[in-house]
Amino acid sequence: MSDYNFAYLDEQTKRMIRRAILKGIAVPGYQVPFASREMPMPYGWGTGGVQVSAACLMPEDVLKVIDQGADDTTNAVSIRKFFEKTAEVAVTEKTREATVIQTRHRIPEELLTEGQILVYQVPIPEPLRFLEPRETETRKMHALEEYGLMHVKLYEDIAKHGHIATSYAYPVKVEGRYVMDPSPIPKFDNPKMEMAAIQLFGAGREQRIYAVPPYTKVVSLDFEDHPFDPSKANHPCDLCGAEHTYLDEVIIDDDGGRMFVCSDTDYCAERQATGHRGRLSPSQDLEKAAE
Amino acid sequence: MTTQPLLSVKDIRKTYGDRIGCSDVSFDLYPGEVMGIVGESGSGKSTLLNCMAGHLPPDSGQVLFDTRDRGMVDTLTMSEPERRMLSRTDWAFVHQHARDGLRMGVSAGGNVGERLMAVGARNYGNIRTQAIDWLDRVEINEDRVDDKPSAFSGGMQQRLQIARNLVTGPRLVFMDEPTGGLDVSVQARLLDLLRGLVREMGLSAIIVTHDLAVVRLLADRLMVMKSGRVVEHGLTDQVLDDPQHAYTQLLVSSVLQV
Repeated sequence: MSDYNFAYLDEQTKRMIRRAILKGIAVPGYQVPFASREMPMPYGWGTGGVQVSAACLMPEDVLKVIDQGADDTTNAVSIRKFFEKTAEVAVTEKTREATVIQTRHRIPEELLTEGQILVYQVPIPEPLRFLEPRETETRKMHALEEYGLMHVKLYEDIAKHGHIATSYAYPVKVEGRYVMDPSPIPKFDNPKMEMAAIQLFGAGREQRIYAVPPYTKVVSLDFEDHPFDPSKANHPCDLCGAEHTYLDEVIIDDDGGRMFVCSDTDYCAERQATGHRGRLSPSQDLEKAAE
Repeated sequence: MTTQPLLSVKDIRKTYGDRIGCSDVSFDLYPGEVMGIVGESGSGKSTLLNCMAGHLPPDSGQVLFDTRDRGMVDTLTMSEPERRMLSRTDWAFVHQHARDGLRMGVSAGGNVGERLMAVGARNYGNIRTQAIDWLDRVEINEDRVDDKPSAFSGGMQQRLQIARNLVTGPRLVFMDEPTGGLDVSVQARLLDLLRGLVREMGLSAIIVTHDLAVVRLLADRLMVMKSGRVVEHGLTDQVLDDPQHAYTQLLVSSVLQV
């Protein structure tokens, strides 16, 4: 047994966070203030998500942590290790096997199911913040459903770029009531937010928790004549050939060479294991030679 | 003129501690009428305007407004959502400094479109057409629609603020020194524009200013304030040409003749 209380936080703190989560689920999209704790990692590294995960974890849970879709980047690895050490829970990289998934900036490609919890790390929970700096005012706007300002941002996008250029943290309206920042996920992921799993959002520095319960209506804001478009790079994945996944662009040499790969590493690896191939996959011969 | 006033102010009083902001102010404003409020600095005219527009809660009194659906309603006791709705549909507020009334980080078109979007417009093409139409009405060229207000001159900013306020077709406009800080030729054009819009749209307006020329041009009726109280009121020409109260006489005779 480690010297930490289960999942690092003390029981009173977890209780407080669970109450905030329950309130968040009861009022979908509403930002519930909570007394965020100092965590053993810097702000901006997922302190909010970690606290929400800690409050959700049970000893029999299986945890997956992803950072921009990848399981093997610094943020994902360190948070996974943190809970391996403090909660001694089983961890996995397989989306299907996980019961709690903490994510930074992506929703896994694989459909989530009932019983799973998706925990988002949120830098700035207030979607109106960059247009209205006063917290008192934005709270009032949420309370009175004054969301015209959100469309001003989209108007500016179209006026400047000819189309809605906001491509991540694309504002959504939850269950016809609260406008919510879905955290900086690509807008490609927005339609996936109407899912079977519970979605929890934790913002540590800003001390807010909000939630989207399963099967909740989540609508991306748009104009009648400029409808929402969940766009992605117009390429197939260069490793697994998938044409329906969100892609990262990777520079591979000094001559402007680039490749597009699935940002969801687990999904991509699984496709490759079942024989899917992309443009830059090692050829079959080479693989045999390697063996 | 209809018998029903658009706005009826009753015994407004606002104090700052022991000091009186304004006291015992009552008047009626009828549809299509422009009321001027003049007085020296510190006479309480801005306090009064802010109390009427709902920016400052007065200590006592009533501000009755003839709403479209419920008739005369006291705007001071109505619910906040209702008052805020009113202030972005039927009311407009033109600030002395355009910076207070504009979103400086948002393009001119976005500034004008904000009120439309706030009342539910969701068609980009329509919003933009209306924004351009309004820019044209306040004599701002169409090709400036995507420029930010910070790239505009003071007079243009003020005209943009007016367009932004009038786009939803309000019935009552509050103006706080709309020509303050502008040079005389720009002032003249702005006054011309305002006069045209007020007449054309049948607006009612309350204009607070210390510039007698402004009220002479725009206002039908005039209230003169001193130390928080109304000392004289009447038709503009009557008050300016035949001032009765000592302070009004001083005010009128203080205007420099060129």
